[in-house]
This record gives sequence, structure tokens and C-alpha cells, in this order.
Amino acid sequence: MNVLVFADSDNGKVAKAAYEAASYGANIATKSGGKATLVTYGQVDNLNELAQYGISDILHAESVDHVDPMQLAALVDAAAQSTGADLLIFSHDYTGKTIAPVVSARMKAGMVTGAIDYPALDGDFVVKTNVFSGKAFAHVKINTDKKVITLLPNSVSKSKSEANANVTAFAPDLGNASVSIKETKIKGGDGINLTEAELVVSAGRGLKAPENWGMIEDLAHELGAATACSRPVADVGWRPHHEHVGQTGIAIRPDLYIAVGISGAIQHLAGVNGSKVIVVINTDPEAPFFKAADYGIVGDAFDVVPKLVAAVKELKASQS
Amino acid sequence: MNILVCISKAPDTTSKITFKESNTSFNEDGVQFIVNPYDEWYALVRALELKETQGGKVTIISVGGADYEPIMRKALAIGADEAVRVDAQPLDAFQVASEIAAYAADKGFDLVMAGKETIDYNGAQVGGMVAALMHLPYVSNATKMDVAGSEATVERDKQGGTEVLSVSLPAVISAAKGMAEQRIPNMRGIMAARSKPLQVIPSSAPAQLTETVRYELPPEKGSVKLIDPENVNELVNLLHNEAKVI
Ligand SMILES: Cc1cc2nc3c(=O)[nH]c(=O)nc-3n(C[C@H](O)[C@H](O)[C@H](O)COP(=O)(O)OP(=O)(O)OC[C@H]3O[C@@H](n4cnc5c(N)ncnc54)[C@H](O)[C@@H]3O)c2cc1C
Repeated sequence: MNVLVFADSDNGKVAKAAYEAASYGANIATKSGGKATLVTYGQVDNLNELAQYGISDILHAESVDHVDPMQLAALVDAAAQSTGADLLIFSHDYTGKTIAPVVSARMKAGMVTGAIDYPALDGDFVVKTNVFSGKAFAHVKINTDKKVITLLPNSVSKSKSEANANVTAFAPDLGNASVSIKETKIKGGDGINLTEAELVVSAGRGLKAPENWGMIEDLAHELGAATACSRPVADVGWRPHHEHVGQTGIAIRPDLYIAVGISGAIQHLAGVNGSKVIVVINTDPEAPFFKAADYGIVGDAFDVVPKLVAAVKELKASQS
Repeated sequence: MNILVCISKAPDTTSKITFKESNTSFNEDGVQFIVNPYDEWYALVRALELKETQGGKVTIISVGGADYEPIMRKALAIGADEAVRVDAQPLDAFQVASEIAAYAADKGFDLVMAGKETIDYNGAQVGGMVAALMHLPYVSNATKMDVAGSEATVERDKQGGTEVLSVSLPAVISAAKGMAEQRIPNMRGIMAARSKPLQVIPSSAPAQLTETVRYELPPEKGSVKLIDPENVNELVNLLHNEAKVI
């Protein structure tokens, strides 16, 4: 089947999550004997790197901005028509989640959101996806000829090989924008995006006060990890809302999730139990989180975390 | 302001999720159902606030069987004026969105609001699909929204930050945390809800594009490996050499 992958862009770069979506789309096209193409927009400088993840044919709509989801959907629509795509792939991130359903409804293409694996290609087209906010999986069959998938970041491994981008300028008519931008606020931090992060250090009410997050940030910094938190901590404003993970926050699937002073309530676990390895640090040996953990330390965060920072530093020093 | 709010039913967040009939359907036994939190806390309450300051009417719509009525009454108790239930089993987002778009097509709503996603299927699809089917502008993940005349100013989350947008009405908005504070229905609201109109309309029989063939629970975790707090180096060693994640 012919595959079209949509790559979001922001601040002069194609989003990193698109590398994984590109690998995913390229693999499906190869296995099913089709061709894969990528569509992206805006002024971006990393198309050559993007091309190394399996799709070198890139349609680039340089003059398009990202504001109106309806225009971006029209862009994907036009690219799908010009490439004869049967399957459209988006990353399950803010932009992908917003425009994929629009495209799906316009094309009457059955859609699966939050896929975590490759579709079955022999017989029915069935995709595995996260449901009940990570408490279970569903295998969903798409019944239409045209299909749409949004891929949850960190779900499949991405393979990289030498390639040069073969970029075609693309300027379809997208109609008028119905939405205009008034202001953009970029948040600070060292820029590791939580949904895409491979390593995450998270902390909860056990830390007792916002000024105690220094050691959590140190640990994240040493590991090259993103920071996250439990909901009550975001609710009282100790941490920003976008760090809140769980059933009513965001769902993540990092390789490593370190939970410090978080009890492991069912709503919290829902958002993180797709993590490959979970480490729990908690003073209470009965904390429910230990049942979901791979490694645990029953101990005081204020004692354990600084030691952990030192131990990670030591490891990094021995590696360099 | 004439506002339509899409309301879905979802299992309470403390529910243990199990399946029946060889894992082909969700086991509702013993499960308490609630109004999907994003629909209730954010979309509905913000719609009510707008009505309170600007006048107008808030209608809620659900696609579902009679089992949806308790949660619809709850939304009426919180303050919605009237309710519409499209009598169909919700099986797929496109089907649900098509039912809502078919109902809303000729009603002249200024705003159609939905939660950013449900906490059961997490599809995040219905809002965008309704917008596409009705040819209306769409803003997703809105964390703040104000309306002046026929224009809404909306703050939304985006990768790495937030953005303030203006969009002309009518439009479809999906709501995320921040837009409003949860409201607990009071006795008067609950009493009033009993006599508010809840209209049941037939399905427009739209297509269903996908179907769930099977469910699966995540594998049980093996037991946790405990490490002595005096020996934190051992944890780093295990993460590096055994789990190979750092
Ligand atoms: C509808 C609904 C939706 C929800 N959605 C979410 C969600 O999306 N995400 C979420 O996180 N929560 C969610 N919750 C809240 C959830 O039920 C829990 O209340 C919350 O996760 C608890 O946060 P916590 O673990 O930080 O705090 P607590 O439960 O208070 O746990 C603090 C932990 O820290 C430990 N501790 C204390 N001191 C130390 C120390 N010095 N060192 C180490 N450990 C220490 C304690 O032993 C305890 O286990 C939701 C709840 C509801 C009702």
C-alpha cells in the first residue's frame, strides 16, 4: 500500500517524533509493496536528517504555517491525492491528534489513534492501540480502503540509514485560514519534550514543597531526561500543568520512568504503565507503585536522590 | 450564545478494567460510569459560564442507549438547559461525529464544544471530525476561551508551549484542563434536572469505519527488584547493565 507520513514542524525543525513515524510508514510500505512519501511544511532545516529514517521523497510546502488545522488537513488531503496514498500516518502529538481526525472525516477513511505497534497486513487490517488511558489495549480493524493511523511516540524502534532528501516543492490551494494567531508563548526548560522523551524523572507529593525539585532536575539533567509530575503537584502549582502525567494528564511510554515520592494511584499508573522500565523511590514499602515497578528503593527521596545523581555522574564520567 | 456540548460516558477513573466474551467486549459489571471528565469539567462548565455572562442556551448531546441518561441528567443538574440523545450504540468515532453533525447541521449553534478526548478510548477524534463534517473552524486542546461578539479568543497547548488564537464563530472547540473549574451539582440543580427536556432522536444511520475486534490487558509485571538505599550505585549498575536503559 502507498503510505503518506505527515511530519509536523515547529521553530525551524521537523519534529523529532516524525522520525519514528517515518520509519513506521517506510516499513509498512516496504512490507506491503508500496511507496512511502512524506509531507511537511514551513521553513525547516533538518529534511536531510529526516530522510535518513526511511523516506527520502518529501513534499515540502514551505510557505504554509501551522496555525489553522483545517488548512493543514487540506495540505495532507492534497498530498494524499497526489501520491495515491492508501494509508496516512501521523504522530500522536498535538498537531497530529488535531488534524488526523479532520483528514479522516473528510476522506471517510477509518482511523485508529494512539497505535503502539505495526498493523497486521495479512488479511484484516488490524492495529493495536492504547485504550482506557493505558490500562488496556484494543485491536481495532479498519474497514475502509483508505486508512489513518496516529502513532504513539516511542512505540516502535526507528532505523536510520544513509539517504539524501529528494524534496519536491508543494503548494496546493489550502483555502482561507479560519483561525489566526495572536500570540505564542514558548515555555522555558532545556527542551526535552515529555511525550518524546526516552527517559523521564517524575516526582509527586512526597517531595513536600516546590523548592525541593532541584534534585529532581539535577537527576533529569544528568540522565538527559525530561521531568514529569503527579496531578496534585500540578494542581497546586508546584509544577507546570504540561508535566502532569496520568489518566487526566498525558500518557507516556519512555524506556525508563523514575517515580520519586509518588504513591502509584490507579489514575497515575494509567499514564505511565507503558514505560519499559519503572523505578520507584518511596518511603512507604506498601506504596502501590512498587507493584508496577521493575526496580525499587524503599527510602527517603531526600537521601536517595542526591546519591543517585552522584552515581549517575560517576557512570557518565566512566563512559566518556 | 447558543452552545452545543458533546457529552460522553466513561468508566470512573478508579475502575478496574476487565473484558468478557473472550476479550471482545468491555465488562461493565460493577463499573461506575461518569461524565467523561474533559467533557464535564472543562467543556460543559465553560459553556455554562459563557451562557451566564452573555445569555443564551446550553444544549448537551450524547450518542448512546438509554444507559446514557443518568450521566446526561448529571450534566443537566450541573446546569445545561436541555439534552438530546441520539438513540444509537456508539461504536466508532466517525459514526458518533456523523450523528452529532447531522443533528447540529440546521440548529444554528454558535459553538460546538467537546472534551479533548475520552478517558476510555482516548480517541481525540470526535471534535475534529464534527468540525470537518460541518465545515467549521476547529481549535483543539483549548485551555482558555473567551467570546466577544462573533469571535472567540482561544489559548491552546502546542508542542513546547501555548498559543493564543482568534477564530470566528461558529466553530468547534475541544477543551482541555485549565478552561474551567469542576462544578458539583447542588440539590436544586439535581431537582431541576428531573424536569428539564431530554429529547431522544433516531439515528441518522451513518457508516461505521472501524471496529474493535479484541481487547488485551497489559502483562502482569514480575515482582519488583528491591535495592538497598545504602547501595544506590547498584541501581545505576542494574539500569545500565541489566535493563540497558541508561
Ligand atoms: C478523576 C481523577 C483523575 C485523576 N487523574 C490523575 C492523573 O492523571 N495523574 C495523577 O498523577 N493523578 C491523578 N489523580 C489523582 C490520584 O488519584 C492520586 O491522588 C495522585 O496520583 C497522588 O499523587 P502523589 O502520588 O504525588 O501523592 P500521594 O498519593 O500523596 O503520594 C505521595 C507519596 O510520596 C511518598 N513519600 C512521602 N515522603 C517521601 C519521601 N521523603 N521520600 C520518598 N517518598 C515519600 C509517600 O509514601 C506516598 O506514597 C486523579 C484522581 C481522580 C479522582
